[in-house]
Amino acid sequence: MSETVLEIRDVSLTFRGKRGVLDVVAGRPPRDVNALNGVTLDLKRGETLGVVGESGCGKSTLARCIVRLHEPNGGEILFHGSDVFAPDQRRDRSYNRRVQMMFQDPYSSLNPRMTTSQILKEALLVHGMCGEADVPERLEKLMDLVQLPRDALEKYPHEFSGGQRQRIAIARALAVEPEVLIADELVSALDVSVQAQIVNLLLELQERLGLTILFVAHDLRLVRHVSNRVAVIYLGRIVEIGDSETLFASPSHPYSQALLSAAPSLDPDDKGSKIHLEGELPSPMDIPPGCPFHVRCRHKTPKCTAELPVLRPLEGRGAVACHHAEKI
Amino acid sequence: MSDATVSSTQAVVRKPGRLRLALAKPGFMTGIAIIGASVVLALFPGLFAPHDPNFIDYMAVRQPPSWLHPFGTDLLGRDTFSRVIWAYSVNMQMAFLATVFALLIGVVVGALVGYYRGIADLVFGRVVDAIITFPFLVLVIAVVAVLGPGLINMYIAITLVGWVYYARLMRAEVISQKANDYASAGIVMGYSDRRIIFRHLLPNAITPIIVYWMTDMALAILLGSSLGYLGLGAQPPQAEWGVLIAEGRNFITTAWWLSLMPGIAIVLTGLGFSLIGDGLADLLRPRG
Amino acid sequence: MTLTQVQTPLLEVANLCTTFTAGGASIPAVRNVGFTLNRGEVLGLVGESGSGKSVTLRSILGLSRRYGETTGEVLWRGDNLVAMPESSLRPIRGGEIAMIFQEPMTSLNPLLTVGVQIDETLKAHTRMTASERKKRAIEMLDLVGIPAARSRLGEYPHQFSGGMRQRVMIAIALAARPKLLLADEPTTALDVTIQAQILDLILSLAKDFDMGVILVTHDLGVVAQTCDQVAVMYAGRIVEEGAVRAVLKSPQHPYTVGLMRSVPQNVPPRTPLYSIPGTPPSLLNLPQGCAFAPRCPNRSSACDQSRPELLDTGGGRALACFNKVRAGEGAAA
Repeated sequence: MSETVLEIRDVSLTFRGKRGVLDVVAGRPPRDVNALNGVTLDLKRGETLGVVGESGCGKSTLARCIVRLHEPNGGEILFHGSDVFAPDQRRDRSYNRRVQMMFQDPYSSLNPRMTTSQILKEALLVHGMCGEADVPERLEKLMDLVQLPRDALEKYPHEFSGGQRQRIAIARALAVEPEVLIADELVSALDVSVQAQIVNLLLELQERLGLTILFVAHDLRLVRHVSNRVAVIYLGRIVEIGDSETLFASPSHPYSQALLSAAPSLDPDDKGSKIHLEGELPSPMDIPPGCPFHVRCRHKTPKCTAELPVLRPLEGRGAVACHHAEKI
Repeated sequence: MSDATVSSTQAVVRKPGRLRLALAKPGFMTGIAIIGASVVLALFPGLFAPHDPNFIDYMAVRQPPSWLHPFGTDLLGRDTFSRVIWAYSVNMQMAFLATVFALLIGVVVGALVGYYRGIADLVFGRVVDAIITFPFLVLVIAVVAVLGPGLINMYIAITLVGWVYYARLMRAEVISQKANDYASAGIVMGYSDRRIIFRHLLPNAITPIIVYWMTDMALAILLGSSLGYLGLGAQPPQAEWGVLIAEGRNFITTAWWLSLMPGIAIVLTGLGFSLIGDGLADLLRPRG
Repeated sequence: MTLTQVQTPLLEVANLCTTFTAGGASIPAVRNVGFTLNRGEVLGLVGESGSGKSVTLRSILGLSRRYGETTGEVLWRGDNLVAMPESSLRPIRGGEIAMIFQEPMTSLNPLLTVGVQIDETLKAHTRMTASERKKRAIEMLDLVGIPAARSRLGEYPHQFSGGMRQRVMIAIALAARPKLLLADEPTTALDVTIQAQILDLILSLAKDFDMGVILVTHDLGVVAQTCDQVAVMYAGRIVEEGAVRAVLKSPQHPYTVGLMRSVPQNVPPRTPLYSIPGTPPSLLNLPQGCAFAPRCPNRSSACDQSRPELLDTGGGRALACFNKVRAGEGAAA
C-alpha cells in the first residue's frame, strides 16, 4: 500500500442537457446533469478501493471517466503522475492497456458475433502481447486463469451463462496484462451463488497478479467484503472515505449510516436500529444547495442548508464531508 | 461448468440451427427459388429463350399467346416470351448495380457519422433532410435529365439519391449498437476507431441494412422499369421490362399480353426479393 | 401458529406444474409446486434466475397460459383457478388478487394519468360511484406515501421517480382492496434506501388490509426482513419450506445453505466466499435424480438415481433432500 497509481483530482463532469427552441423561448433553465461534482481519490498499488452509492450518484460515471469513456469538464486524472487527458497521453493507447475496465451487463459487453478466442486473440494481437504463433498457448492459459473449460474458446457469447460471460470479460481484461482493473458493478447482474464465484476469482487474481482494483458497486456487503478502503458517493461527491472495516463498523456520515442500515440482514431477528431515510435521491439536475444530503438528513441544522461541507479528515476514521460528523 | 446454462427460462431453450429454421420457412424458400431462377435466367438467357429476342417477323405481328409464342408477339412480330427472358439480364443487373454502390457508400458514411456524431452528423442530417423531402423518382429523373438518358447514367442517378437511405439506416443502427458495452469495451481496450467501427459495430449493425437492400433491389427494378418506360433508362430496342411495357401501352386492350407479361415478371422478381428480405431478417438476427 | 391452524387457508396451491414449449422442446419451468398461505401472512418465494419462482407466481393468476400449459390446483375460495376460463379469472385479477411487478415503468401505462389508472381498477372491480372512486384514489396515493396526493392524480407515470412509481403501482394494485397481493421482485430495480421504504409499506398495508402476500425475490435478506414463511426454489421445484426464522437459522437443504453462505455477511473480509460450484441446470436437460445433485457437497448415490420428494420434517417445515444438513453442520455462523 505505498505508491499511488491513479490520482483523481477534483474531477467534475456535467452532461449538457438538450435545450430545444421552445425551452429557450419559455425561459426554462438548461437541463444539465451534474454527474460528478469534484471527486478526489487516490488509488494505491495493490489495493482494492470500493466505491458505493445509489443509482445516479455518479459512481459509474467516475469509472467511465477513469478509462476515458467520458472526459471530465474539470479536474484531472493522473496515472503515475501524468495527466491521462493531456493531448500526448490521449494518443497513447497503452494507457488503455494498463487500466482495464469490466462492465456490469454480461449480455452486452461481449460482441455477440465473435467467439471467445476471437475476442481474446484480438486483445492480445492489437497490443502486441505475443506473436501470432503463441496465441493458442496464451488463450489456454487465460482460460485456466479464469477457470473456464478450454472448449469455451470456440463458443459464442450466447452459449454462456451470465457468470461465464463475466469470466470471459475478465479474461479479456487480463489478456493485456493491466495494472489497474475498474470493475463497474461486475457481479450485480449475477445470481448470488455465481456472484460468490466471480468475487472469489477476482480476489484470487488480484493476489496472484498484484492488481489494483477499483470496485464500483451498490451492494454494500460485497463492497465491504472485497475492499481495503471504501468511498461513499452521494450526488457526485464523496461524502465519506476511509478504511473499509472502520467505515462499515462505525460509519460517520449520516448518509453512510442510513445506507448501511438499509441493507437487509440475513438474520430475521436483526430488525432493530433501522435508520430510515425520508424521501428519495434528489435529481442530479437540481442538486440542493448547501450539503446536498440535508433534504434527507435527520441531523440537519441551518448551517447544512447554507454551506457545503468539505471532505475533512476525522481522527481515526478517514475523511467525512459533514458539518456535524463529530457529534453524530 | 462445462455446460452452458442460460439464466432465464426463455433463453434456456437451445435453438435448433438458425439456418435450418429459416430454410424450413416456405416464404424464404420461395424467395430463394424465384431469385435463384431469375439469376440463372439473367446469366444464361440464350439457354431458355426459344427465339432470338430481336428477330423481327412481319408475318406474325401482335399474335396472342400460342404454343409457338407462349406470351404472344409484339407489333414487330418479336417473341414476347424471349424478350421477357432476355430482359432478365438487364433488370437483374439493374437490381444489383443500382443499389450496391448506394449500399457501400451509405454503410460507410452512416457508420462514420453514427460513430463520431459531431458536426459531420449535423451536416449529414441536413443533407438527408434535403434529399428525402423530394420524391425519390422526381430527384432521379432530374439527375438523369442532367446526365442524359441511358443505363449507366441511371445507375449513377439512383446511387446519388439512394445512398442516403442506407446511410440513415446505418447511422441509427450504429448509434444504438455503440450504446452497448462491447463498444465501450473496445474503446477501453485501446482499439482503434477503425477496428471498433468496422470489426465490431458494423457486423452487428448490418442486418437491417441487408434486409432493406433486398426490398431496395425490388424497388430498383420498379424504378429502372419506370425510367425505361419513360424513355430515360434502357433504350429500345433493348429488351427491358419497362421498355416492353411502354411498347405495349397503346395496345393494352387489343394486345394485353405485351404489357402484362413483363409486368408479371416485375411483380414476381419483386416478390422474390421481399421474401428473401423477410427470411434474412430472421436468419441474421444475433442470438442472445 | 397452532391456534391459527383452525382457520382455512387463504390460498392453497397443490401440484402446480407449468410447462413452456419453445422450438419443439418442452421446458418444465414449474414442477409439482405446492404451498398454503394464510390470511395476513407473507410468503417469500426465493431462488435464483430460472428457478421458476416468477413463473409460479404468474401461474397462480393464469398469466403463464399464453406461453405454456399449467396444471394442478390453485384453490381460491373453493375454486380451482387453474381450471377456470379466462372470463371468470378476469374479475379475480386485480380485484381479489392483485399483482405488482419489478419494473413499474413498463407496467404502468405511460399515456394515462395515475388517477385514471386507479379509477380503471375501481371501475372494473367495485360498484363505487365516480366521486367515491376519486376519493378512494386520493386515499390510496396518500396511503402509499405520495405527498400532495390530490394534485398528483392528474400526473403521468414519467413524472414520478422510480420509488414513487413503485408506490403508484402499489396504490393501483391495492385500490380494489384485494385479499392477496402477488409481488414479483418489487424492489429489485430500486436502491436499498428506497427498497426499505417500499418493503415497509407493503408490510404495513398487508397488516392493515389483512391481506396475504406472496413475495418473489432473489434476496435472502429481503426474505429475512419481511416474510413469515419461505419457500426456496431450485430448477422449478420447492426444495425447502417453512417459517422464515426456522429455515434461515438452520437451513436443512444443501442449496439453501449454499445460498446463505454465498452472501458475504459475517465472513472475514477478502477471504474466499463459500460458493456453490457450477451453474443451475438447463431446464431442458435436467438430471434424472435430484436437480441439485451435480452441485451438491452432500451428494450420495441415491441422489443421482431418484428425485427426493418434498416431505414434512416436522415443526411446519418440509424438505426435498435425502441428506439433510444438520444444525450447525454447514450453516453460516
